Amino acid sequence: MQGVDWQFAIEILPKLLEALLVTIKATFIAFGIAAVLGLLLALARRSPSRWLSWPSSAIVEFFRSTPLLVQLYFLYYVLPKYGFKLPAFVVGMIGLGFYYASYTSEVYRAGIEALPRGQWEAARALNLSSLHTWRAIILPQAIPPMIPSLGNYLIGMFKETPMLAAITVVEVFQQAKIITSDTFRALEPYTWVGILFFLLSYPSSLLVQRLEVHFGSVK
Amino acid sequence: MPPPFDIIAWLLPGALVTIKVTLSAAALALVVAILMGIARSSKNRIIKALSGFYVELFRGTSALVQLFWIFFVLPLPPFEIFLTPFQAGVIALGLNLGAYGAEVVRGAIGAVPKDQIEAGVALNFTPMQRMRRIILPQAMVRILPPFGNLLVELLKATALVSLITLSDLTFEGLKLQQTVGRTTEIFTILLFAYFVIAYPLSRGVHWLENRREWR
Repeated sequence: MQGVDWQFAIEILPKLLEALLVTIKATFIAFGIAAVLGLLLALARRSPSRWLSWPSSAIVEFFRSTPLLVQLYFLYYVLPKYGFKLPAFVVGMIGLGFYYASYTSEVYRAGIEALPRGQWEAARALNLSSLHTWRAIILPQAIPPMIPSLGNYLIGMFKETPMLAAITVVEVFQQAKIITSDTFRALEPYTWVGILFFLLSYPSSLLVQRLEVHFGSVK
Repeated sequence: MPPPFDIIAWLLPGALVTIKVTLSAAALALVVAILMGIARSSKNRIIKALSGFYVELFRGTSALVQLFWIFFVLPLPPFEIFLTPFQAGVIALGLNLGAYGAEVVRGAIGAVPKDQIEAGVALNFTPMQRMRRIILPQAMVRILPPFGNLLVELLKATALVSLITLSDLTFEGLKLQQTVGRTTEIFTILLFAYFVIAYPLSRGVHWLENRREWR
């Protein structure tokens, strides 16, 4: 094709792939945070104590209603003012993890609410402690149907990682920006980034579709 | 206004740009979603494959990457299409959200009972009439709540246009922070500004969903 420098395109690929590893690492670390924190938020929202349920609902609503980019700027520029000087990557993980925790918490909530009341009643009739009920009865049944939804959010997070470039994390998109500003060529780097994202996220979404068939899905 | 609130006045022009981008991209996304949703439900293989390619392409790559591609790569050869930041922002976000919307439309069309379509055939409706008079009105009920959610997602996604130098809310906030400092106040107010726009939208969606239930 006219306008494409094929040799340049091949030359920059190793650099981009290296940065893609950072993207993947970031995705999984942030997903880990979102998975754990989301569960805590969901449990807190169900708590009979208003001191727990109200603030956690407010947090979820607020995080879901504001842009991730602005949340990242907030953490990146405001935290150092109060003595928390963290590396950009760590700030990015906190931002991405917290933002998606507000989404995963809704998945957990829907999954838990989908369980028949009889399960709770049976656990009470058997005199199980509340911790035991959660660990042995509720979560083992509630979590498998959530897996496809959580998988979708994992893919969603992967596609949001380019925003970390705005707070100077050198993931694949930032690497492409750096290459562009060094060489004044935009076509090859940005097209590669698009292709790489597609190559990873499209098969993953097919996999999630199969999981949906396998587990049945929770909305 | 007394300090921290004096910032609001500074950010207002940016808020207007954010709302303008949101509404323009929403209009584009709505048209694209309905056309592509219908195309994906088509029996014609070529139409189905092309619309499928569009949807997977825009859902499979990142919105920010699409935005940069449209703004920085399209002006280059072999394309040589020049867009202003506003046009690029609206097109990128509209096409991106349109792809998600197309899946919603496809799902809703698929959920219309088959006998409705057969009744349309029996009454000698043309395919166009069946789509307009029978299928879409029934699909609309299922389409509206997810579209409301997508509108909130779109509003949040407009923050990305600040990265291609469009002076939206986020851009104005960053500019202000760089000139006057007051970092904590500015970013807090910025977050609340988005919340104030988004929260009524998401409550409205909730209200629509509930209304549908007791209908």
